[in-house]
Amino acid sequence: MKIDRNIAVFFGIALVIFIVIQVAISFELLTNFITLILLQAGVMAIVSLGLNLIYGFNGQFSLGQWGFYAIGAYTAADITYRFTNDNSAIALLVILFAVGFSGLGILLLNQLLGKVRSVDPLSAFTLYLLMTILAVVIAINAAIALDPAVSSLLQSLPADLALQIVFFLSVLLGGFVAAEISFLFGLPVLTLGSDYFGIATLGFTIIVKVLLDNSDTMLGFVEMKGARGMVGIPKITTWAWVSFFLLMTIVITRNLLHSSHGRALVSVREDEIAAKAMGINVAAFKNTAFVLGSFFAGIAGSLYAHINGFLHPETFNFIKSFDPMIIVVFGGLGSVTGTVLASFLWALILEIVLRLFLPQGFETWRFVIYPLLLLIMMLLKPKGLFGGFEFLYLRQMLPAIPERLKQKLVGKNQSSNPDVPSPQEAVQ
Amino acid sequence: MNQDAAVSPPVQTRNNILHIQGLTKVFGGLRAVSNFEIDLYEHDLVGLIGPNGAGKTTVFNMITGVYVPTEGQILFRNQDITGFEPFEINHLGIARTFQNIRLFPNLTVLDNVRIAYHPHAGYNLIDAFLHNAKYQRLEKELTERTQEFLAVFNLVDRQGEIAKNLPYGEQRRLEIARALAAEPKLLLLDEPAAGMNPSEISELMELIHFIRERFNLTILLIEHQMRVVMGICERITVMDFGEVIASGNPQEIQSNPRVIEAYLGPGAAALSEKFRRKKPL
Repeated sequence: MKIDRNIAVFFGIALVIFIVIQVAISFELLTNFITLILLQAGVMAIVSLGLNLIYGFNGQFSLGQWGFYAIGAYTAADITYRFTNDNSAIALLVILFAVGFSGLGILLLNQLLGKVRSVDPLSAFTLYLLMTILAVVIAINAAIALDPAVSSLLQSLPADLALQIVFFLSVLLGGFVAAEISFLFGLPVLTLGSDYFGIATLGFTIIVKVLLDNSDTMLGFVEMKGARGMVGIPKITTWAWVSFFLLMTIVITRNLLHSSHGRALVSVREDEIAAKAMGINVAAFKNTAFVLGSFFAGIAGSLYAHINGFLHPETFNFIKSFDPMIIVVFGGLGSVTGTVLASFLWALILEIVLRLFLPQGFETWRFVIYPLLLLIMMLLKPKGLFGGFEFLYLRQMLPAIPERLKQKLVGKNQSSNPDVPSPQEAVQ
Repeated sequence: MNQDAAVSPPVQTRNNILHIQGLTKVFGGLRAVSNFEIDLYEHDLVGLIGPNGAGKTTVFNMITGVYVPTEGQILFRNQDITGFEPFEINHLGIARTFQNIRLFPNLTVLDNVRIAYHPHAGYNLIDAFLHNAKYQRLEKELTERTQEFLAVFNLVDRQGEIAKNLPYGEQRRLEIARALAAEPKLLLLDEPAAGMNPSEISELMELIHFIRERFNLTILLIEHQMRVVMGICERITVMDFGEVIASGNPQEIQSNPRVIEAYLGPGAAALSEKFRRKKPL
């Protein structure tokens, strides 16, 4: 198959950027601080792409993205923490099985409920919740049974390789846990209108933060140490991992948007009532966008947890939940290019440039500068930096008009349309 | 005046498309629609008229599932669709347009129609993520079908245009095209001629006749422009204050005293009778 020029250019540029930065990091041309900022920016780009899918393309104003980011972070951190510190794969197995079983259960139940007419969202939610709890109980028992075997298998591998495998799985699982929780949460909440949905998701972020503050007492995860912050997570996230997951996120988002499902997703934003009348299952598409967006948030959270090796509930404060929102609006709602570039600009400008220009105590001014920038942006360019614009491969190409239709078109312009009766005939 | 009615075969021999009986909708203390009934047969072109607030659009909203009826039954091709979700009703074969045009304003003409094809896309979400061979084939097929469809409506050279930038008449044409993309059996048009100038109205009447023949449609139409209603409808049902006050062919409706009263106020029927005697038609 012939490879499209745009695709080649896009992946070429992505590869060059990756290699240049990777070389700079490997030869220690960049300070540790700047490397961390770059990793942070890549992670932010993944969260924001998820939010862009929910808010920019599907039109649902969500402040819950940060909560799913937190869930992903703590889930993945727990898996790798237990693996490195306790030498046990128990957390990995429990979450793997729980995600697998409840995922299967959700798919089955979804098929089943599709056949039964008029199940209201709350009853459906209750069924899904009971099913998930059952799946988790089974998963815990299965994991305890299989733990010794899998732990010894992982120990027989080289330590480095085993850690990378566990890390890769933990990142994906962080995403899946966030996705499944968002599915359950979205069922009742997505029936709310746009603004009410925003408030409900804000509530979700606050609940997650409070639970994490008390994770050692209320949830019983002693290693998370509640409000004191979780330490001892291995620092595994590298520029290569971040680039890999960022590229995957971009490609998946792009592929979705260039398909019939993506167009249906966007139609919900454009006009919900018309979309319904055109046969689009609006509720299902809202949920699809929400789950996929949260999946990306979970992946980003998992990557974040392994950058510093330290997690603190204060990072997941609801004030910070506006960061991806600012990036998405800044980059342009409904622009993948804009979101990615804005994430890097956000990190580089606010963390590096301002730190150079502003004297000590800059942190206090940050929350003045964020909103101020947003305000100026809204006044000057209400559509954001790249509102609607997409770069090369990401852009939707207009298909050519087939020759046969073109010829018909020319014919029509010359003589009046023979298929249609003249107005006089029709009126008579 | 109305040759189509004479040409079409008699009502009884055709299949029943839509059968509504006892349809009632109550909003709080207001009976927006009460005891509405109508029968549509294959290839019918029926008008639904009445003064503002008579409940015509509410009837449309109940047929398309936007509102759930308080009472009554809607049968579409002998299947009870009362209480179905709007998207399910669309899948069964009822499409509609809206009083105030509801396109997807920021999307292209092509995408507006491609969205209506989504229920027939035939590939799932995983195919969409991977852009695999199945996706490539079905997406190409879908796009070509859409373009052919747009060509029927003379819109194919406009395929890249953003919908909200089209002139009003073309927006209306696009909305009708979008409604027909899913190949419905029954088309509901809600005031298609609203805000149009006389030449656009003539084009619209042409278009309605054309699509009816080409897609073998049954059409139910709400309209205030009497020129359109009397010109193209074979039968007309008149509503006032949520009730059916008359139904029949255009001539019967024009001389029905209750209809004249509903439109012009009490006593108008007598006046109209006097006027008629002075100037015989």
